[in-house]
Amino acid sequence: MATRIQFENNCEVGVFSKLTNAYCLVAIGGSENFYSTFESELADVIPVVKTSIGGTRIIGRLCVGNKNGLLLPHTTTDQELQHLRNCLPDQVVVQRIDERLSALGNCISCNDHVALTHPDLDKATEELIADVLGVEVFRQTIAGNILVGSYCTFSNRGGLVHPHTSIEDLDELSTLLQVPLVAGTVNRGSEVIAAGMTVNDWTAFCGSDTTATELSVIESVFKLREGQPTAIVDDMRKSLIDSYV
Amino acid sequence: MMPGSAPPPAAGSGMFVPTQTAGTVLCCMCGVSMQPNPANMCARCLRARVDITEGVPRHAAVVYCPDCTSYLQPPRSWLRAGPESPELLQILLRRLKHPLARLRVSLSGAEFVFSEPHSKRLRLKLRLRREVLNGIVLEQTHPVEFTVHDRLCDSCARAQANPDQWVAVVQLRQHVPHRRTFLYLEQLLIKHGQAALAIRVASAPGGLDFFFGSRSHAARLVDFLGTVAPIQTNTAKQLVSHDTKSFIYNYKYTFSVEICPICREDLIALSPKASRDLGGLGPLVLCIKVTNAIALLDPLTLRVHHLEEKKYRVYNFKAALTSKQLVEYMVLDIEQESPEITVDGSRYQLAYAQVARMSDFGKNDTVFTVRTHLGHLLSPGDLALGYDLYGANMNDDDMDKALLRQTLPEVILVKKSYEKRPRTRRWKLKRLPIEEDLGNKAKGEEDKRADEYSKFILELERDPEMRFNVNLYKDEDYRSEMASTIGDDVPTVPIEELIEDLSLGDDEEDEEEEDSAPAGMVE
Repeated sequence: MATRIQFENNCEVGVFSKLTNAYCLVAIGGSENFYSTFESELADVIPVVKTSIGGTRIIGRLCVGNKNGLLLPHTTTDQELQHLRNCLPDQVVVQRIDERLSALGNCISCNDHVALTHPDLDKATEELIADVLGVEVFRQTIAGNILVGSYCTFSNRGGLVHPHTSIEDLDELSTLLQVPLVAGTVNRGSEVIAAGMTVNDWTAFCGSDTTATELSVIESVFKLREGQPTAIVDDMRKSLIDSYV
Repeated sequence: MMPGSAPPPAAGSGMFVPTQTAGTVLCCMCGVSMQPNPANMCARCLRARVDITEGVPRHAAVVYCPDCTSYLQPPRSWLRAGPESPELLQILLRRLKHPLARLRVSLSGAEFVFSEPHSKRLRLKLRLRREVLNGIVLEQTHPVEFTVHDRLCDSCARAQANPDQWVAVVQLRQHVPHRRTFLYLEQLLIKHGQAALAIRVASAPGGLDFFFGSRSHAARLVDFLGTVAPIQTNTAKQLVSHDTKSFIYNYKYTFSVEICPICREDLIALSPKASRDLGGLGPLVLCIKVTNAIALLDPLTLRVHHLEEKKYRVYNFKAALTSKQLVEYMVLDIEQESPEITVDGSRYQLAYAQVARMSDFGKNDTVFTVRTHLGHLLSPGDLALGYDLYGANMNDDDMDKALLRQTLPEVILVKKSYEKRPRTRRWKLKRLPIEEDLGNKAKGEEDKRADEYSKFILELERDPEMRFNVNLYKDEDYRSEMASTIGDDVPTVPIEELIEDLSLGDDEEDEEEEDSAPAGMVE
């Protein structure tokens, strides 16, 4: 299920949180509302960790990670690194990298198998991404934008990209990622997809400006409804009716 | 916005450019499939959310003169425009310019929607364009209704008004036998637009009457006259009607303005007292210029004295001889006495001249040797105009006194004379529409006026200083004469001093305007 939330009256929730299949990072906010929404959705499945990165709250834009690992920019302090190592599950490798482009979240987008990166990223960083996150790395652009981390977001089940992405690009990207992609928006027409939402394989959090139409696009492309009990019935009905006809 | 597909690969560059097909996204509000745009919202949703015509007026007023079918263009110009004409559209849109600019709305189209003329409404359909939400430009139609208010324009109101309904009159008089001063003043008034507010200008014996609808307009004219001529003013008012309960009194005001009876080129004999007061000037002096002061030149010493109107009233002298009594002389010999000097921007040179009256030629050998201030202009063989004191029959006390005290010259030369030849001019003057009193017109008055006018024109041609205060207009009908027919030394008006006359509309209208133009139409 996709949930609509706000971080301190700001709808760019992807900036202040990082959600993966193995853990969830949340910025330290003035109130507990933001954190508790994540907590209520995820607490019994994955750890929800409050943290800052380099003393800032824009953690979603600074770090990149999946179920295998977490990459942190060089601005991360030792304390923050230690805190994350302590809180995250043991199988998650936490690594600080020395990349000039320190907003890793804006430059890299990944699921558990594939990563798209900024075309100007270091060779060393690219290798680290492949090692730590256990993914195949592709240097790509999204609709001419080099900040692939900002303009697309995808899980192992589906992905949402910048609305201006052409059909050819969409085909190419979805061949690379091996997941279905759709061009769309969040937060009532915002093009910065990754800033407006954060998603993993079974849940998504969107900014509270997101309209019902956008939410339904998100739920269908990330296949978030399949976790619900009705999904099985729908599936069965579909096949039954199919055979019946 | 994305184009439908990228342009094909550039033929010469050899680069491979993959084709790009624009995808569709769902409108974030209603979910309809559409081309992505900066707001990612379909046009319907955008239009529903933002109204670009907000704040743009739907009603406005326009002022219309039913008499001359023209519309008021604030602040005070009236433009003629037919119904549903582009000119009218322009006038109406100008009324909306400020609100549109303030709202940063641009106008991409406008058209009239038919409305019944009697409804006194003009309806426009505008197409407005305005930027909303991250660079999306929306276009929307917007109807505007103008209410037409009828009001006579200034010139029509003046034409409609009863011309006898004046409140103030300026009676301008000069007690001299000619009208030269008024011809010149008329040109000054035209140039400065001072008579524009006059309801009527009428010629009266010895001067002009200006009728005005308001006292202040008349006072303005009097003030102006005070700056250009030596005048004395008397005012009077007559009670026309009154209402004591509301303390309203209606008066008719009369400004009696008298110009000193001294004109340019007049010869004046100063009384011994005046001569003494002016530092021994004269006693024979020439008036060389009349502004709000009278400039007197002693032709024998080249001294110039400016006499103000108040000062003049003290001596109150009259001209001993006026320009009508000028006699033509032939210069036989000239002998420069002193170098050329400049006084008040005019050049003079003292010289001894030997002159003979033109009328004496073939009769006697009377020759006069006189001093003159025109040494720089005259050369032997020239013609000059002067006052013949030798033969004059004068009736002037001051002159008699002067004659007793010292010997006076027999001749005082005033100006150089040129061969008279009727010729066409390339320039013309505008005239005020002066009403002539046909009732008590003397016989031959018409010819006298024409003669005076042609003399005035001639004078204007000779004197650049006088021309400076007058607007000369190019004469469209003028056809150039052969250059050889004009003598080289005869002064003419240089073409750069002429003003192209303003003519509006077609010829027919032009003529009509000239016929019926009130004083105000003179530009």
